[in-house]
Amino acid sequence: MASMRDIKRRKGSIQSTQQITKAMKLVSTVKLQKAKNRAEQTNPYFNYMYQTVTSMLAKSGTINHPYLNRGTSAKKAVIVITSNRGLAGGYNSNITKLVTGSDALPAKDVEVYAIGNKGKEALERRGYEVKMDGSGIIESPSYADAAELCKRVLGDYTAGEIGEIYLAYTHFKNTVSHEPKLIKLLPVEFDGEEIESAAASNVLMNYEPNEEEALDMIIPKYVTSLFYGALVEAVASENGARMQAMDSATSNAEEMISDLTLKYNRARQGSITQELTEIIAGASAIS
Amino acid sequence: MADDSRVFQVEIITPDRIFHTGGATMIEFNTAAGELGVYKRHIPLTTVLAPGIVKIHNDGEEDVVAAVHSGFAEILPDKVTLLAEVAEWPQEIDKNRAEEARKRAEERLAHKTEAVDVKRAEFALRKALVRIDLSK
Repeated sequence: MASMRDIKRRKGSIQSTQQITKAMKLVSTVKLQKAKNRAEQTNPYFNYMYQTVTSMLAKSGTINHPYLNRGTSAKKAVIVITSNRGLAGGYNSNITKLVTGSDALPAKDVEVYAIGNKGKEALERRGYEVKMDGSGIIESPSYADAAELCKRVLGDYTAGEIGEIYLAYTHFKNTVSHEPKLIKLLPVEFDGEEIESAAASNVLMNYEPNEEEALDMIIPKYVTSLFYGALVEAVASENGARMQAMDSATSNAEEMISDLTLKYNRARQGSITQELTEIIAGASAIS
Repeated sequence: MADDSRVFQVEIITPDRIFHTGGATMIEFNTAAGELGVYKRHIPLTTVLAPGIVKIHNDGEEDVVAAVHSGFAEILPDKVTLLAEVAEWPQEIDKNRAEEARKRAEERLAHKTEAVDVKRAEFALRKALVRIDLSK
């Protein structure tokens, strides 16, 4: 049986760890609230954007536009949104697994545009080429950041350096459930059903100046809004994941402490009994 | 109150918030192809916004005025949706900053060199002018 002092020391160390995890949980709860509100505010813009673009594309299936055709390059760009800090449970590794586990994305064809240190490091270790590191963005994503990123990626796309653009991020379903997602941004693809329903809803849409020019202008905005939405959701998911991880860490510590307290009391009891036996034995030896 | 048969829905949405929702009898805004005024039962139209002032008229109520910088508008017979990247109320505009931005942009346009992105400078100038105009 471990000595009383050892148990006491262990308990003390777990207690201070628990204090840290508790504090981290509180911090991420507050951050989550903020991020969640932001994600909710962004949603309508994002939804409208998606609707408009689908309905536009539904009626412009014959348009020959660079954003709608696959580029000639075999390279595929993946924008990987993770966090800069760890201790968020499986948050970061889920995203990396999603990218490494995807059949459509063999390591040699992929160029990673990393947002978030953790994903960048993990993918670098696995032999992916990291083309850009925008890890600062994730600290407080703004629409301007998303626009900047979009400009960079679309620039590489139109320059023919990359043929397809993917986005890997964590979708924020609600506070407790987040889902890693890999979506294809360009060339734009929608499934037939969505296009059909969009086509049925508003029959005759006109475009000014004309469809091509409008598309030219709207697609970058669409991509930017997707980036922005993904960034905002990723931040919310990160804090949600951290909150959960820290919550379970705190309750695990709680469990360990109660276990150790029991052991400590037993050891104390044991040592008292032992002392008593020794005294009694000593006394009877003298008499 | 305005006559129902002439009122349509207006929504201005930006990435950060739902900027404005409400009824209107007429809305005016600036597009890439010039200024546009929309009444109810307009033909469906999607158009690209240019920096300008949005004016929402509603009978019997004060006009709603705001600055909108870029994005696009979806016009349906009974609804107009502006998806703007930036939208500002007059009271949110920092006039001094806009004035400075105007000077900077004019400076850049006046001394055109290789390094100056003329389109961007022009765009900045237009945004600054709209802001100054609105904050008067």
